[in-house]
Amino acid sequence: MAEVLFWPALLGYGEAAIAYVSPSYSRLATWGVRLGWLAQTALLAAQAAHVDGFPWSSWAGSLNLFVWFVVGTYLIWGCQPRYRLVGLAVMPLAALLFVVSRIGGGISAGGGSSYGNLFLTVHVGFILAAFAGFTLAAALAGLYLVEERRLRRRAPDILRLRLPSLVTLDRLTVRTIAISLPALTIGLVAGFIRLREDGGGVDALMGVTILAWLVYAGFLVSRSRGRRAAELALVGFAFVLVARIVLAGSHF
Amino acid sequence: LSLSLVGISHHVAPVELRERVALSLERAASLAQALGDAVCLSTCNRTEVYLANGDESRALSSLEELAGGPLRSVAYRLHDEAAARHLFRVSAGLDSMIPGESEILGQVRAAFDAASPGPLLDRVFRQALHLGKRVRTETAIGENPVSVPAAAAALAAQVFGDLHGRKVLLVGAGRIGELAAGSLSARGASIAYVANRSSSAAEDLAARFGGAALALDEVPGKLGEVDVVLSSTAAPGLLIGREDVPARRRRPLFFIDIAVPRDVDPAVHALDGCFLYDIDDLEAVVAETLEGRMAEAEVAERLVVEETARFSEWRASLEVVPAISSLRAHAEAIRASSLAGLPSLPEHERRRIEAVTADLVNKLLHEPTVRMKLAASEQDGLAYAEAIRYLFGLDEER
Repeated sequence: MAEVLFWPALLGYGEAAIAYVSPSYSRLATWGVRLGWLAQTALLAAQAAHVDGFPWSSWAGSLNLFVWFVVGTYLIWGCQPRYRLVGLAVMPLAALLFVVSRIGGGISAGGGSSYGNLFLTVHVGFILAAFAGFTLAAALAGLYLVEERRLRRRAPDILRLRLPSLVTLDRLTVRTIAISLPALTIGLVAGFIRLREDGGGVDALMGVTILAWLVYAGFLVSRSRGRRAAELALVGFAFVLVARIVLAGSHF
Repeated sequence: LSLSLVGISHHVAPVELRERVALSLERAASLAQALGDAVCLSTCNRTEVYLANGDESRALSSLEELAGGPLRSVAYRLHDEAAARHLFRVSAGLDSMIPGESEILGQVRAAFDAASPGPLLDRVFRQALHLGKRVRTETAIGENPVSVPAAAAALAAQVFGDLHGRKVLLVGAGRIGELAAGSLSARGASIAYVANRSSSAAEDLAARFGGAALALDEVPGKLGEVDVVLSSTAAPGLLIGREDVPARRRRPLFFIDIAVPRDVDPAVHALDGCFLYDIDDLEAVVAETLEGRMAEAEVAERLVVEETARFSEWRASLEVVPAISSLRAHAEAIRASSLAGLPSLPEHERRRIEAVTADLVNKLLHEPTVRMKLAASEQDGLAYAEAIRYLFGLDEER
């Protein structure tokens, strides 16, 4: 049952990723995001119903949950025709990661984890929610740099191909990071408590995640704004990408 | 039912002529009423009379009376689909001087509301209003500014988003600067300071916008307080140098330099958080947005074609409606006379027979009705209507 729901979700995300290319189809793309996300929500619910324990503890399963968080955050924060380019940055990535998750077996209603549900919900849930927030912040920051460059180059089409204003993009980036960092902190603390109890050591993924935490904490403490803030948000996201894509399999 | 249009517009008549036939809403409504089933649309660019089964010559004479001379050489006359298509283009803003201007839609609505149109004009004007709204929501034809002052304000909004609470320093009290300040103010920005060589002009303009007047040498000292600097003086050299701009780490500073020679050092644009647009940059943006409107106008033209086709279908279906009604009436008459010939029956049996025969008539006539409407939309409607009349002898019944 769960596997069947993968296809409508992918169809929605894929349709959105393609439709966002043209401004005329932004509304259609937004519906693709909404319907795809609902289908993925049903998929996650079906997985949870079939498994005794936390069903997303494998790297592929956590990728599935991560995609859900990313699209969910995008839906709440910026899923409007005006933010088409945010969608164009987020949705192809979401669709691709969703496919990778399926190839890795993250969609199946397989066995649960030997870890306790509460620990996994707090640790995995908060860290993935934070990573989803950082992904959206990176898309906003990228958009800021594009718009700033167009203003700097005095692009004559700046009013024809409109992006959100610089100040709006800057504010949304800061807010997204300000919400995501506490979530990452809670997830990390839960992980460290468990690590202490089990007596394990810090692996590469933990190290990179801590580096990401330091960059984002530096971002908030320095109260950066404008181009510097956007660049810093992208540096932080580079660590998130390494943790999420390159090192994901090493932690499970 | 025939639709016709008589009118003059900016395409064919100079302003000296248009102003003579321009009518207030009330006078346009009176003229329409005097002409029968009519709507009169009068704006600064056009005066047009739309008539349903009306007397075109009388409408033209009325306009000529207003013009004080013959209009035959400039007035246009359009009929049926061509007249509807013209109205659709007008309400979509495609017939305007600046494609996509939005005021016309309100003017079409007002003209329609002021008149008392019959079914044909009611239908075509409702379609025109619907199309006008559709063009504005489904295309970006009216979105972008088409003047330098409006482009300056739109660019400021592109940097700051909402301009409410943003402070503007206006340097120079020239006309174009004042217009740009007006555009910024209309978007919510506050004109905090007005600086000018002549203090009386600065004070006048500052009073109008609710700001404070400054001397030109006070400008550098205020750059740290404002978000937008709008400069348009006739000064021979630079008024604001790179060194005058304070370091702004937390919010952008947007310079609009409309002056020639320029007032603001071009090196300011390279400073972190600072953006400078001069008159050439603004004109390039306006030219691009006009080009964009033209591209969107093509999309809008397609919507006009769709709407015209819809109007044609509706009109064609009107041609077969009388034949369909006659056929139904004919069938109903046969049914009634057959029922009347029945011997006396118990009430429940009579009711049952009535229901069965009504159902039979409906089922028999359903397919021809649907097909005749379909044929009407494909331009063969009249031929089929005639055939039905001939086959069932409907004409003899008239």
